[in-house]
Amino acid sequence: MSAVSAVSGQVNFIRIDDSTVAIQLTGNWDHGATIKQAEQVLADLDASKNPSHVLLQAHELGSWDSRLPAYLLRIIDYCQSHDIEFDASGLPEGVQALLKLARAVPERAGARRTAQKKSALGQIGKTVLKGLKDAKGLIAFIGETVLATLTLVRGKARFRTVDMFLCIQDAGPAALPIVTLISLLVGLILAFVGAVQLAMFGAQIYIADLVGLGTVREMGALMTAVIMSGRTGAAYAAQLGTMNVNSEIDALKTMGISPMEFLVLPRMLALILMMPLLCLYADLMGILGGAMVTVSAFDVSLIQYYNETQKAVDLNDFSIGLFKSLVFATLIATAGCMRGMQCGRSASAVGDAATAAVVNSIVYIVVADSVITLICDRLGI
Amino acid sequence: MNAPHITVKDLTMAYGDFVIQRDLNFTIDHGDIFIIMGGSGCGKSTLLRHLIGLQRPAKGDVFYEQQDFWHASDEERTHIMRRIGVLYQSGALFSSLTLAENIALPLGEFSGMGSREIADIVSYKLALVGLAGFEDYYPSEISGGMQKRAGLARAMALDPEILFFDEPSAGLDPVSAKLLDDLIVSLRDTLGATIVVVTHELASIFAIGTNSVFLDPDTKTMRATGSPKKLLAESNDAKIIQFLTRGESNADKPAQKGEILP
Repeated sequence: MSAVSAVSGQVNFIRIDDSTVAIQLTGNWDHGATIKQAEQVLADLDASKNPSHVLLQAHELGSWDSRLPAYLLRIIDYCQSHDIEFDASGLPEGVQALLKLARAVPERAGARRTAQKKSALGQIGKTVLKGLKDAKGLIAFIGETVLATLTLVRGKARFRTVDMFLCIQDAGPAALPIVTLISLLVGLILAFVGAVQLAMFGAQIYIADLVGLGTVREMGALMTAVIMSGRTGAAYAAQLGTMNVNSEIDALKTMGISPMEFLVLPRMLALILMMPLLCLYADLMGILGGAMVTVSAFDVSLIQYYNETQKAVDLNDFSIGLFKSLVFATLIATAGCMRGMQCGRSASAVGDAATAAVVNSIVYIVVADSVITLICDRLGI
Repeated sequence: MNAPHITVKDLTMAYGDFVIQRDLNFTIDHGDIFIIMGGSGCGKSTLLRHLIGLQRPAKGDVFYEQQDFWHASDEERTHIMRRIGVLYQSGALFSSLTLAENIALPLGEFSGMGSREIADIVSYKLALVGLAGFEDYYPSEISGGMQKRAGLARAMALDPEILFFDEPSAGLDPVSAKLLDDLIVSLRDTLGATIVVVTHELASIFAIGTNSVFLDPDTKTMRATGSPKKLLAESNDAKIIQFLTRGESNADKPAQKGEILP
């Protein structure tokens, strides 16, 4: 590998007789060199009307690295596919050894993949099929969840209570700070938006009605759900997905423990138990946020605000909010756990699962919210 | 070329207060196949992490040629690290990239070659490890042994001067493990690279090792360094003999030693 010359790699194409050509390599073939593309040599070979012998030779070859054998391999592949005999004995021993090693294991027949052209129609078909598969997966998952819940009701479900308390800790108290912040701010925003309009009529006192009803019936449950889908739903998908990648879920199955009972049930239960409590807390915080604005900026006393809120919001409104939060909790836990359980076995699949979990749960939440609101409106609750 | 390639001097490895190995002193020469061996949990892989720049020593130094690896500036260290290739235990291929993209990644980042030539080199590297034609497969679509070989192809992408292997034969059947050993030896012979292998596979140790260090988890330091065959023949250390003979022969039965040697 001594440096004979500092010239970049050159390829000389020498015609020896009718059936034989020599390809002579000179100069440096390492990372700094500028090298002619292998295609040109192959084109030369093509143009020379099927020689039956190709001699590969080195002449004043300088330093070389992987570029040289990679280059030669292209030529050799060409020779083989065109039934041309080649002779590599004119190359340095190191290169010969590497080429021999590279050709030691022939390419497995049928291993190589050819790029397939995708038609638009085919894409549409694939998307539809994927959608159907997803829907089937969702139905199967709901079925399995129901079965697991039935086992739980019969008192035969296998999961560790410790796990469930950990999940409760994670989905409940640990979420308080962010729920506090968001609900307080949403209450504040509601109050400001309403106040501008109501103050024009001198009806600032009705800010309390607006904030109270808005928070309790709608925003409390909705904002908690959005927070929890980003916080807990994504975490569920990522946890279960990673367990899937590490074969932990397989391990549970072979132990005879249903992952639906052992992993999914405690998570679902924890979220369903904690969400209404969080929602109630968020309601309180929202009303507090509204009060802060109204009392400080719009000339309403705290007592007035309190009385007005009490008059405006009754138990019915609270139950609707709580009912919604229960529904949302189920949806978030289902989306999170389902995406996690159906996760592929690679790092990017875990990321996809977490993304899909959040997107799905937010879509589910908003759709469910609209439906419930519509029903409540029709029923006059 | 006479100076050692890697010199480890008074190296102490620790996680916080918990010392794993102390006072390691050994050298790795150019063209060596150097084996880091020892029982489970003795810190073999941790030593590897110290050598490849993933973990800073608690005390002591690692020299590459004459350059102090851990006291060099970040830039110099990155420069040294670019000259080494590592094959991780399970291949550590990027699962979202195909094999070709995995190998092309360092080439594209550091070599400045055109995409056509990179594709040629990728094909060549895959052919070297016996995976010709598998360019467009994702790591999850091929077997564990193939993943390992693809990992090796990626480790070799930039023609490193030193190749590190973390338990190359773990999880491979004996035939595949033997093929990988042969591959390691032929790579050393053809590329002239220095090779460092963490392993406790006796067959590999004797088949390919030209130099080694033996780490002991109990005394938390090295017991010996030298060629594994020589260690087996000459060492008086009962622990090393026990390790190198799978605990089957006592020190007073040297006749059995020959049977294990390949």
